[in-house]
Amino acid sequence: MLTLTCPCCGIRAEETELHPGGEAHLVRIGPEGDDAAFESYLFARRNVKGVHFERWRHAYGCGKWFLAARCTATLQVFGTYSAQTTHPPAEIVDAIRAARPDWTPDWTSDWTTP
Amino acid sequence: MPAAPRSGRYSVFAIAREALRHHSGWTRAWADPAPRDRYKVIVVGAGGHGLATAYYLGKNFGITDVAVIEKGWLGGGNTGRNTTIIRSNYLQDPSAAIYEKSRSLYETLSQDLNYNIMFSPRGLIMLAQTEHEIRGYKRTVYANNLQGVSTEWLDPQQLKAKVPILNLDGPRYPVLGGLYQARGGTARHDAVAWGYARACSDMGMHIIQNCEVTGVRTEGGQVRGVTTSKGEIGCDKLAIVVAGHSSQLAEMAGFRLPIESVALQALVSEPIKPCMDVVVMANTVHGYLSQSDKGEMVIGGGTDGFNNFTQRGSWQHVEETVRALIETFPMLSRLKMLRQWGGIVDMTGDRSPILSTTPVGGIFVNCGWGTGGFKAIPGSGWAMAELVAKGTPGPLAEGFGLNRFREGRFIDESVAAGVAH
Ligand SMILES: Cc1cc2nc3c(=O)[nH]c(=O)nc-3n(C[C@H](O)[C@H](O)[C@H](O)COP(=O)(O)OP(=O)(O)OC[C@H]3O[C@@H](n4cnc5c(N)ncnc54)[C@H](O)[C@@H]3O)c2cc1C
Ligand SMILES: [Zn+2]
Repeated sequence: MLTLTCPCCGIRAEETELHPGGEAHLVRIGPEGDDAAFESYLFARRNVKGVHFERWRHAYGCGKWFLAARCTATLQVFGTYSAQTTHPPAEIVDAIRAARPDWTPDWTSDWTTP
Repeated sequence: MPAAPRSGRYSVFAIAREALRHHSGWTRAWADPAPRDRYKVIVVGAGGHGLATAYYLGKNFGITDVAVIEKGWLGGGNTGRNTTIIRSNYLQDPSAAIYEKSRSLYETLSQDLNYNIMFSPRGLIMLAQTEHEIRGYKRTVYANNLQGVSTEWLDPQQLKAKVPILNLDGPRYPVLGGLYQARGGTARHDAVAWGYARACSDMGMHIIQNCEVTGVRTEGGQVRGVTTSKGEIGCDKLAIVVAGHSSQLAEMAGFRLPIESVALQALVSEPIKPCMDVVVMANTVHGYLSQSDKGEMVIGGGTDGFNNFTQRGSWQHVEETVRALIETFPMLSRLKMLRQWGGIVDMTGDRSPILSTTPVGGIFVNCGWGTGGFKAIPGSGWAMAELVAKGTPGPLAEGFGLNRFREGRFIDESVAAGVAH
């Protein structure tokens, strides 16, 4: 069973307490966005086989949203972090790199650059 | 091209002949060729949908210069992992059209393929266990009758007569009625893959197993071929039919799909004497049930909520499914469960499939069947073959293009079915 530590209240929560919320760090389109940008924001998911950043809600705990870095091919969890950020913090990146030396972050492509 | 070895016609005479010579004369059902340098059409994925696509390319359009490339063994994906429910009682018109085409093709598929796929139209019931479901299923019955799909509404007593092991009284979710499709049922999943594979091989097509596609070669926005674990293979047209790995293949070709991959599980009990001769789905509690010919109760539930490629689901979902089902089927509580497994299903936002052209010329996708595509194999292959052969969708595939997401023209079956098996 998947267990994640909620960074908001510090509790190590198991899956039945949590609600998955899909891919994290999606950039909301602004008024200048065209149809393609809107479609991509709503539907075009990375659906990565490997390192995945995703939203979770501690539904039957503190009720707050947070983010997690997890491998969808092995179910390994690299860490959880606050939802109030546009990209994963350095310690999460380090944790992923330690476990997956060939992994490179790609948030220069379509994530906002730090 | 050397002629492929023919597998010989299966018949009662063939069985009698072989019985007299110690079954020494059966030949391989399909050939195991090395890949050629290029094919007119490459289909990636030898699940039911990929094999059916190849079969109807040959049968309906005379295109037999086809390879079906499979990273594992044919039928080893979701096609060999599902609970084999076949029905066509969908709400929206485009869905009813393609699923009913599929169901009707299943009726004669054993004869068409000369391979017993054990289609068993034993009847299918969807239980209504809330007021909302009563309204929803009655609406579906009316819609189905307008679409030419024969379904009817049954009251609790009629259901009890058909399914004596049903507990009508709840307490949490009483049985309030149900939608009944008399020509719904099941078929043998492996046999569907094997029957199509044998027919494709007999037409001279290549089914190349243990061959993973690792790259897609394009030039000037047009497909040129694929890179595989057995080398480069060229093609004029490429059909991507890989269910849970659709996003990965699309990424190789340079585009994204509105798909997320999650695990769906099923389990079977020890075999018991015949006790239920219809398929029963209880969508409110996310459980569905049929009895196999061997006597096992075949049980399926809901998907996991998070992205997953491990073919392993969460234990808690098995628990949820079983907990819900034993209220409605109390006798299940005495059964031992024998096996449990998972598959990676390709989910779209509107819970409807994608049969579509793509941003790359010559590449077509067939995916998004999610938790409910076994029933669709013949109809999907039929429609996909037309799309690949002509380059534009025919009437069955028309509504299921990728452009529906941009245009907000969804074929919403998520509200209609809740669970979409
Ligand atoms: C537990 C469970 C229960 C289900 N119950 C039902 C049900 O009762 N009724 C129903 O209608 N549907 C049901 N389904 C859904 C149904 O199984 C699927 O929709 C259907 O089988 C999909 O068929 P497919 O041919 O598209 O995919 P698959 O059978 O998964 O075939 C895709 C193939 O592509 C191959 N592949 C992937 N990547 C590559 C690559 N890079 N190179 C080469 N090959 C590759 C895979 O190895 C696989 O064999 C269920 C699914 C599951 C998991
Ligand atoms: Zn919390």
